[in-house]
Amino acid sequence: MATTRTSTAARTRRKAAAEAVVAEAVEKSFGDVRALAGVDLVVPEGTVVGLLGPNGAGKTTFVRILTTLLTADSGRATVLGYDVTRDPDAVRASIGLTGQFTAVDEYLTGAEFLWMVGRLYHMESDAARSRAGELLEEFGLSDAKDRTVRTYSGGMQRRLDLAASLMNNPRVLFLDEPTTGLDPAGRSDMWDTIRSLVRGGMTLLLTTQYLEEADQLADRINVIDHGKVIAEGTSDQLKRRIGGEFLDIELARKKDVEAVIRALAPLTAGEPTAHGNTLTVPVTSGAGVVVEAVRRLDKANVKVVDLIVRRPTLDDVFMTLTGRRAEETNGQGASQ
Amino acid sequence: MSAVATRERAKAKPKPAARGRATAPAPAPVAVSSSRLRWTITDALTVTKRNLIHIIRVPQLLVFSTIQPVMFVLLFNYVFGGAIRSPGVKYVNFLLPGILVQIVAFGAMNTGIGLAEDINKGLIDRFRSLPMARSAVLAGRTVSDLTRNVFVMLLLYGVGSAIGFRISTGPLQALAALGLLLLFGYTMSWIGALIGLTLKDPESVQAAGFVWIFPLIFASGLFVPVQFMPGWLQAFARNQPVSVTGLAVRALLVHGQGAPGTTSLKALAWGAVILLVFIPLSVARYRKT
Repeated sequence: MATTRTSTAARTRRKAAAEAVVAEAVEKSFGDVRALAGVDLVVPEGTVVGLLGPNGAGKTTFVRILTTLLTADSGRATVLGYDVTRDPDAVRASIGLTGQFTAVDEYLTGAEFLWMVGRLYHMESDAARSRAGELLEEFGLSDAKDRTVRTYSGGMQRRLDLAASLMNNPRVLFLDEPTTGLDPAGRSDMWDTIRSLVRGGMTLLLTTQYLEEADQLADRINVIDHGKVIAEGTSDQLKRRIGGEFLDIELARKKDVEAVIRALAPLTAGEPTAHGNTLTVPVTSGAGVVVEAVRRLDKANVKVVDLIVRRPTLDDVFMTLTGRRAEETNGQGASQ
Repeated sequence: MSAVATRERAKAKPKPAARGRATAPAPAPVAVSSSRLRWTITDALTVTKRNLIHIIRVPQLLVFSTIQPVMFVLLFNYVFGGAIRSPGVKYVNFLLPGILVQIVAFGAMNTGIGLAEDINKGLIDRFRSLPMARSAVLAGRTVSDLTRNVFVMLLLYGVGSAIGFRISTGPLQALAALGLLLLFGYTMSWIGALIGLTLKDPESVQAAGFVWIFPLIFASGLFVPVQFMPGWLQAFARNQPVSVTGLAVRALLVHGQGAPGTTSLKALAWGAVILLVFIPLSVARYRKT
C-alpha cells in the first residue's frame, strides 16, 4: 500500500519536475493596484528563463509568489511539482532566492552568515561550515571570510548574497534583478557567475529590466508588462516577430529626415522612427535591400554619416508590443 | 568552481527514480515532520546566536541602552528622592524595583527596532524564503532580548547597591523577583515584536514606544506611591500590568512592601494574558510581512 502510494507520488513529482516552475493564471492585487493580471509561465528544468519588463511590471511580485513570500489571490503555481501555497516548506527546501536588494547581515562575518543560512536550511553544523567554505572560495571571498560583512564592497556583498542562496545546492534559483545597482564591472562579473551556474545545470528564473541581460543569459524570454506576459519565446523568436531588419541611418542634417523617409518608402516595412539625427527604418528583408537603399539615398542627394543594417533588438520588440520604449515607463509604477 | 562541479557530479547520474532527491541535500518533506520539534528549537537558537553576536559587535547599542536606566536611577534618587514620600522605606529601596521593571519594559522597543531593521535590510525576506520554523525569527529575537535583560538588570543591581539599595527579604524571594522580571520582559518583547512588524521602520518603532510605554511607566507605582494620585488614576495605576509587576517585584525584594504572593500572581496572570494575545498576533503578522 505504502509503496504504491510513494511510487505514484514520485512519478507525479518526476513528471512535474520536467517543468521546474509552472504558473497558471496567477493574479495578485494590492488594494486597487493590480500587480499581476493572470500570469502564465513555464520554466523547463535545466533552462534559464528571463522575465523582462520595466519597473512596476510585476516581476518582483511574481517572484515573491513563486518563492512563497507572498500568496497569490488566485491561480496556481508549482515549483518542482510542489504547490507554493499548499507545500511551502518543500518549495523553500529546494530553491534559492536572491532578491532585488542584497539581504546580508552586516554585523556577521561572511563565514558566520553563510553558516547561519545553512543551519536555517537545516544542514548539520559541520556540513554548513564546509559548504560555506566552498562557496566563499568559489565566489572569491575566502580572504574576507572572517571580516564583518559591512566592510565588504557592494559587489562582494552581492556575491555573498548569491552564495547564501546556493547553500542548499538548490535545483531552482530565482534571481530578482541580480545586477541592478552594480557597476559595469560588477555586472559583467555577475554574468560570468550566472553563466557558470547555468553550465552546471542550474534551473534559473531571472528577472531583469535590462534587455541586454535577458538577451545574454536567458534561453527563453517572457516579456511582462502591467502584470501580464505579453510575449514569450527565444530572443530570436521575439526579434522575428518584428519581422525583417532595421536600417539605422545617421544623417548630417536633421532636415533631411523627410526626404529620406520619402526616398526609402518602397523598401519600408513599418513606421520609421527618428531620434535626433538618427532615423530607424524597418525594411523588408531580402538580398540587395542595403544596396538599393544606398542607391536611393544617393539619388535623393542627402548626406549620410553612417548607415547600419541590423536585426531587431529587444528594445524594438518592446516598442512593437507595447507601443513605447521599455525605459520610458521606468520609475512610474511602484516596485513591490 | 566547486559548487558548479558538485552540480555537475549530481547531474552526471540522472537516475530518474532518485531524481526527486538526488540533488537536494535538504531532508525530504517527510523527514522534516518527524524532526520538526528539533529544528524548531535549533532554528530559534541559531537566530538567537546571530542576535547575540550583534550585541557583541555593536556594543554601543548595549552601552547606550544601559546608560539610560543608570541615569534614571541616579536622577530619580537624587533629584526626586528628597521630595517623594515613600512610606516606611528609604526612597532608593522603593525606587530600584521600579527602575528594574521600567528597563525591561523599555526593552520591548529593542525587540521591535531589531525586527524593523531586519525587515528593512531584507533579512526577514531571506528568512521567510528558507525552510526554517516560522516562529524562529521571533523566538530568537525575544530570547536574545531576554539575555540582554539579564545583563542590564545585574548592572542596575550593582549601581543600586552602590547608592544604598539593599534586598531586605531573602534569596528565594530575590530569585523569584528575577524570574518575574525576566518573564515580564519577555512578554513585553512580544508587544514590541508586533509593533516592529507592523510599523517596519526603526525610527517609527522608537517614536511609538514612547507613546505606549511612557503612560504605563509613569501612571504606575514604579516611582511614586499610587495613593497620592487622583482617584480615577489610582484605579488604572494599581491594576495595569507594568505597575502590578513593579509592586510584585518591590514586595519580593523589600520587606514590608505588600504581600508578594497576591501581587505576583496578578503579575503572572497579566503576563499570561499578554503572551496569549501577542504571540499569535505577532506570528500571524510575521507570516504576512
